Amino acid sequence: MSRIFGTKFELVCDVLDRYERDPSNLIAILQEIQDAYAYLPEDIMTYVATALEISPGTVFGAATFYSHFTLEPKGKYVIKVCDGTACHVKKSADIITTLESELGLNENKKTSDDLLFTLEIVACLGACGIAPVVVVNEDVYGAMNIEKTKTLIEKVRGEEASDA
Amino acid sequence: MRNQTVVIDRVAVPVEGERNLLELCRKAGTELPTFCYHSEISVYGACRMCMVEVEGRGIVPACSTKAEDGMVIHTNTRQIRNMRKMIIELMLASHDQSCTTCPKSGDCRLQAIARQLGVTDVRFKQMTRVEPVDYSSDAILRDPSKCILCGDCVRVCDEIQSVGALGFAYRGAKARVGTCFNKGIGEIECVCCGQCIKVCPVGALTPKHQISKVWDAIYDKGKTVVAQVAPAVRVALGEYFGKDPGSLTIGHIVTALRRMGFDRVYDTCFGADFTVVEEGKEFLERREKGENLPMFTSCCPAWVKFAEQYYPDFLNNLSTCRSPQQMFGSLCKEQLTKELGIPREDLVVVSVMPCTAKKFEAGRDEFKVNGSADVDFVITSEEFALMIKESGIDFDRLELGSFDMPFGFSTGASVIFGSSGGVSEAVLRFAAETLEKGSAREFKQLRGEDGIKSAEIAIGSETLRLAVVSGLANARKLIDSIRSGAAHYDLVEIMACRGGCVNGGGQPITDDRTAAQKRAKGLYDNDKMLQFHVSSENPYLQQIYAESLDHEKAHILLHTVYENRRRITQEDFMLGEASGEKALSLEICFGTSCFLRGAQALYRELLDYIRENDLEDKTEFKATFCGKHCKKGPVLNVNGKTLERCTFDGAKAEIQRTLRK
Repeated sequence: MSRIFGTKFELVCDVLDRYERDPSNLIAILQEIQDAYAYLPEDIMTYVATALEISPGTVFGAATFYSHFTLEPKGKYVIKVCDGTACHVKKSADIITTLESELGLNENKKTSDDLLFTLEIVACLGACGIAPVVVVNEDVYGAMNIEKTKTLIEKVRGEEASDA
Repeated sequence: MRNQTVVIDRVAVPVEGERNLLELCRKAGTELPTFCYHSEISVYGACRMCMVEVEGRGIVPACSTKAEDGMVIHTNTRQIRNMRKMIIELMLASHDQSCTTCPKSGDCRLQAIARQLGVTDVRFKQMTRVEPVDYSSDAILRDPSKCILCGDCVRVCDEIQSVGALGFAYRGAKARVGTCFNKGIGEIECVCCGQCIKVCPVGALTPKHQISKVWDAIYDKGKTVVAQVAPAVRVALGEYFGKDPGSLTIGHIVTALRRMGFDRVYDTCFGADFTVVEEGKEFLERREKGENLPMFTSCCPAWVKFAEQYYPDFLNNLSTCRSPQQMFGSLCKEQLTKELGIPREDLVVVSVMPCTAKKFEAGRDEFKVNGSADVDFVITSEEFALMIKESGIDFDRLELGSFDMPFGFSTGASVIFGSSGGVSEAVLRFAAETLEKGSAREFKQLRGEDGIKSAEIAIGSETLRLAVVSGLANARKLIDSIRSGAAHYDLVEIMACRGGCVNGGGQPITDDRTAAQKRAKGLYDNDKMLQFHVSSENPYLQQIYAESLDHEKAHILLHTVYENRRRITQEDFMLGEASGEKALSLEICFGTSCFLRGAQALYRELLDYIRENDLEDKTEFKATFCGKHCKKGPVLNVNGKTLERCTFDGAKAEIQRTLRK
């Protein structure tokens, strides 16, 4: 993560200027901001509204309309568990329950308190042959079960601890 | 050109400029059911209730289809009837159907159309998503479980008022109308005008009732409860009891209030006469000094909040006069407590208003003395009608009563306050009387429906340039042209609601599209019937000025101050990633006004400076959304010291000074 002072907000200013503060570019602006922040913070959305001379409600409307945008900070590791038909039949529910209890998450709480993990349940990932499937950021893990899930979390936590 | 004709249900109807088939059907005497069509806002075509069959084209929504010559239309085929019924059933299946306890019961369009179409059974499973009721505003109660997503409130707030406090969010089955970031409507930029309430077909948006608090005060033997009735109420209340818009029912109103248990019944117009005199004097003074012109009127609390949020640089142009409601409140609490020999807390002032924003106004800190409000409760025309019905009073059979004196005496000038153009006409009458020594004039050029009216009027040796605006989007347009130097005025009257208070958010909701016009006419007719037409002629007003209101006292009781206001109550945010105690703490304002004055450029220059001088680790950089110094933006705060009209050089000097310490 960059430690350069104020970089992210400067990027917001850059993005706004580059799109000439034109409200019709709202979606593109939000996309770039989300790339920088990994989510859309409320105060930044308010700032965008001010700069584009539109109401914060308009920005909020666009940000909630597209599932691509997220209004909550996501963890460093985004875990996607497939719950499509094939994975579901192969007991993806067990994996979800295991992750929820391991990470202290539930249906309404998707991101762990240490901001390390976000759990997302998705429909078919197109890898039914290796169901049930779990994807952590870009890495795909097939034929998962409760044991392998626990090991996976321990591995990530271990790596994090040695990094720190 | 040949006349264009459309055949509607076998009757030929000439097209005469109607904008769409729905309007044409209305002209032909067929009221198509609709939730989302309002002639004054854009066509949305969402509710699909106004579907008609056009031969050769199939079924189309009438609201968004243009009339074309030779069209043959059927409005009531079996297929259309079935479709309409099904739409209602689907709406009801996801609607919170607690009708009997809904504030909108009896006045609800969903109820009415369901009944009209003979929907007696809902074939779908009830899927209501119960969401919490939003109590955060003093003016507006929002119950999202009742919302049918017609979007009327969204368009009114955006198009007519240019506020945009309500918007669509999420999508598909989760789509909903709400506020930004799901905040309470009382925590955001909503100006409380209540125009959303007027278009909401169901009980999702209603005035926040204070009925039970008023009854409590009436039943409390230790309290003296007085009422003040605003001008626009007297020409609209009758509509709840079967009378036409514009019917003057002031006599009924007074008697009803007495029977309900009010100890004194007074007239807000009395306050308005003071407003005219104070505002008139202020205006003439500003004219003479050439200061803070144009002067904006300040009677409308929704406009005042709007100005505080969006035009902080114009706050000095607002008249410092309190609104009639608040002038009445402070005078009443000052004078009547003395007359009756009772402590302030035992006198309860209740306003009957056409307006929801008046509820917000009454709660403002500026209008409290040691925490005790000048106006304790505000009820809208709608709430007042409910209270009359609750009391079992037969409105038609009420004997006509008259106001108590002295606060019940008013002039015609104050009665017309309820209509757009009325306040400026009243001020002009006062100015004419003052400058032309006793001349009595009417200023009809300021009357009428238009959203922006302007006139040049000669009074004495002077020519005054006036603008009269209603609807806040119109206000924005006008102020932007003043700001850019394209327009010049001396006096600008602004009312948030189109047509003025007669069309306020607390007034009867009606299908009569000329109701506001008729109510305004009722007020101008009433003006003619009254003895005096210039506020300064009010004898009781003269008496109070002579006996107990010197210049200083008048200033305390009748004037106020304004504050810059954040649009959203919100935390500040950190611009840097550093934390902990830092040698240098910077806080830059990114509120609307500072933004326009170049806060962003200043921020970048500071950032470069911090980097070039390796100050990153020593600096904490925060942004705020309003430091409330808007007139002097951009504003930068360096270790607690506020720099107004801050330039980069000024900021640099202060930073160097701070770091040397």
